[in-house]
Amino acid sequence: MSERKLFAHELEARLDELLLLSLRQRSAAEPAALLEALPRQMQERVLHWAGVAAQTSDDLGWLIVSVAAVQAAKLGEDFDDWVRAGLDAYDRSGLAATRKVLNDFAAARESSGQRSPGGISFAAIEGRMSRFLHALDGRPLRLVSGKTAWTDTETLWLPERLDVATEAAGNRRLFKAMAAMLWAQTRFGTFNVDPEAELEMWSDRGRGLAWFALFEAMRLEACIAVELPGLALDIAELRGPWPAALEATAENLARPDATAADSLVCMAVLRKVGAGDTPKFPHVGSLDPVAARRVRAARITREMAIVRRALNVLRGTGPNGPDADKSDYPLLAAEGETQVVDPQSELLSLPPPAREAAKSLMQDFGQIPPEVLHPAGPGAWQPVDGVDTSNAASCTVQPDAFYDEWDYRRATWRHDWCHLYEMEAPAGDHEWVDQVRSRHAHLIRSIRRRFEALRGEDKPQRRQFDGEEIDLDAQVEARADRKSGAEPSPRLFIHRRRVERSLAVMFMVDMSGSTKGWVNDAERESLVLLCEAIEALGDSYAIYGFSGWTRTHCDIYRIKRFADRYDASTRERIAGIEAKDYTRMGVAVRHLSGLLVRQNTRHKLLVTLSDGRPDDYGDEYRGRYGIEDTRRALLEAREKNIRSYCVTIDRHGADYLPQLYGPAHYSVIDDARKLPQKIAEIYRKLTG
Amino acid sequence: MKIAKPASRNDVRALTGSLVRLANEPYYQATGDELAVFEAAARSCLPVMLKGPTGCGKTRFVEHMAWRLKRPLVTVACHDDLTTADLVGRYLIVGDETVWMDGPLAAAVRAGAICYLDEIVEARKDTTVVIHPLTDSRRALPVEKRGEYIEAPSDFMLVISYNPGYQSVLKEMKPSTRQRFVALDFDYPEAEVEARIVAHEGGVDADTAKKLVKLGSLTRKLKGAGLDEGAGTRLLVHAAQLMAAGMAPAVACTAAIARPLADESDTRDALDDLITAVF
Repeated sequence: MSERKLFAHELEARLDELLLLSLRQRSAAEPAALLEALPRQMQERVLHWAGVAAQTSDDLGWLIVSVAAVQAAKLGEDFDDWVRAGLDAYDRSGLAATRKVLNDFAAARESSGQRSPGGISFAAIEGRMSRFLHALDGRPLRLVSGKTAWTDTETLWLPERLDVATEAAGNRRLFKAMAAMLWAQTRFGTFNVDPEAELEMWSDRGRGLAWFALFEAMRLEACIAVELPGLALDIAELRGPWPAALEATAENLARPDATAADSLVCMAVLRKVGAGDTPKFPHVGSLDPVAARRVRAARITREMAIVRRALNVLRGTGPNGPDADKSDYPLLAAEGETQVVDPQSELLSLPPPAREAAKSLMQDFGQIPPEVLHPAGPGAWQPVDGVDTSNAASCTVQPDAFYDEWDYRRATWRHDWCHLYEMEAPAGDHEWVDQVRSRHAHLIRSIRRRFEALRGEDKPQRRQFDGEEIDLDAQVEARADRKSGAEPSPRLFIHRRRVERSLAVMFMVDMSGSTKGWVNDAERESLVLLCEAIEALGDSYAIYGFSGWTRTHCDIYRIKRFADRYDASTRERIAGIEAKDYTRMGVAVRHLSGLLVRQNTRHKLLVTLSDGRPDDYGDEYRGRYGIEDTRRALLEAREKNIRSYCVTIDRHGADYLPQLYGPAHYSVIDDARKLPQKIAEIYRKLTG
Repeated sequence: MKIAKPASRNDVRALTGSLVRLANEPYYQATGDELAVFEAAARSCLPVMLKGPTGCGKTRFVEHMAWRLKRPLVTVACHDDLTTADLVGRYLIVGDETVWMDGPLAAAVRAGAICYLDEIVEARKDTTVVIHPLTDSRRALPVEKRGEYIEAPSDFMLVISYNPGYQSVLKEMKPSTRQRFVALDFDYPEAEVEARIVAHEGGVDADTAKKLVKLGSLTRKLKGAGLDEGAGTRLLVHAAQLMAAGMAPAVACTAAIARPLADESDTRDALDDLITAVF
């Protein structure tokens, strides 16, 4: 790359080309003029990211360019992080949020000042901290990065990066203290009081909130000290002493019976004498009671419904229970009395989701609200929605899982990007399988014979020091030796050694539209032959189909789970495999390797049956993006000790498969019709 | 080495070496009606299955019951190479003679002992089947190689254990096996009870025991989120013992709890954080 800076008109032309601006009657003149001042390397980076963003949306590209023009010089080395944060925000919440993130990011960086070498990024502590929080009591909390440290009672936001301490350990400790304080807010009832009445009396709401946060920090530290004394000590050491003027207040709030209401009282006292600026403590996050109480209210409604419904089912009330036809079966007196039962014991017998909801309600109220415990009339009772299994595919509303996807252009993850639905594969014609089996009867027989020979069986090992049985040959020899005066061998036993295969195989079947026709037939026939072969071997195996339509509709079809047997209904589901939509492979690999990794076998194998490269609706997943994402997913599987193999009938497979699966980890079958004959042999070589 | 053919009960003990008569009461803290159920099962000659996570006191319970019922105890740790011969017995060659040697199961049957098969699902399927005749009305052990049919005395009792938490689908117990047993569910004891156990077994004060139990309960929440299983009572006792031996709490917990539980760095760090949070 030449070092010469690009002139404004050159930049304008490049931007126009990238973002198709003239079509949209926009002019890049203004940003181009600003970008002209930047060094060439920076200019190229802006252009690169503009192109990346434009692949998602032209508007996003334009936004990045127009904000970058103003801020790129300031951002310097942080520029890439800055764009990634913006793109991530766009994925989550759209253009308006992106604009806010882009603007705030720079401000946050500015305020945090110079980076110290001991600085710690959120990503560096995310895994460790989320496990730490998971282990603590209370409802599960999601951990994400944000501008400041705060919580809405379900999600914890921690800063992107901490540079407060010069040492990495110090910053890590501060992260932990921040997270612990936020956890304590949700655990010890900071949001169980409504501070609005008090806050309204403050002329400066922000200052009021800051004081509230500080008083709560004093109270919560004492709460933490009861359960986790080591953590409380750590926090106390980190923050140093409270200001002398506040020591009495801190002591007062550390009483075991202090609640958030006491913090409000302290605020009121302070307001009357006139509050100055809050002393700054880095571990005290900010508070947003409005957002928190909104989330809390929604959760309470949801959880009360869950608990009430479960209790009603338990008590047999409601339209389906005996109460519905009370006139026919009048309640016995004793039964009537048991309506008010001991709530604690009753809650223990709730099914797990309802018990979790009940626990969460206890956390919000300190007890289960009485209205939940009293039986609701039939009117208020919602029967459990009957799940229509006949057409689960179309009526599933909530995705079963979300998966991150790797974006190679951004070199980062797109969080919760793919929405995955798992469903039972529809049953097909059972006669079809029978036809295949009779057509290939000869082949099946020979495959079974060969495979049975591979089966893990007891292998007797002769002439051992120890074993279950006596080796008669050795014994006779030993006697003869002794008679003739030679030293007899002590190896006189037969030991049976079990040769175990300990293998679990996951077959991931491409059900994309391109498999329509004979490819699909070949796939199905191959699966039938494979099943016959593997049944003979006794390996543990599962078959899942995958297809989908954009990132919000990634479908996984259960054809045979590991626990399912190869019976008539499994065979019908194999027969029912049909060509559907597209091949978004990364998410399928992630989901299925997640299922496979739970298998308690020594070896785990993921076999993909496919007819082409990863592809999805729209241009995004096609080409390198899809390949890079799939490669990433396979690498993740590899880290979980899963070996991957691909059998494809794509003649161009050799172009990209080595990159995905590694050399010698794929087979390209040039003729789909040969797939059924070859597949069993491939499997034998693979696992023999 | 001269091994004689076992002729009497006394010889059996000398040969197998696994038949234990417990002189002192093994410490066990009851958490429910398990003592009564076990005693009733023993009186009724019914086999018992103990289910529960690792390190929650199953083995200790059996030892305690053996002491309480004054019966000898034979413990077999099952593994996937355990053959029928390992349980029932085999011929050994000594000099010019073949000598039959009872396996632990046959020895237990002859001696009227409690035979405890620990982690039964780890054993091979064909091995588990040999216990079937002992667990129904026949109450006998056929020894094929000797053409012998050992009828179990009324004192003989079969106890098996298994951990439903982490077994693979491949190692599930067959219904034909499981439906022969009276089952007792074991779980980690309630916090207070567990603290008493840790204090007693580990030799630490009540406050330290309480903290250890707190740490244990925190790690158990990580099951499925980085850990296959949280810290069992046994691990907590180990940590307590290290502390009683003079180790600092953090060092003892790291060595006895965090390191045995996890290898992966994020989980290990999180466990370290939990340890410093509690102590």
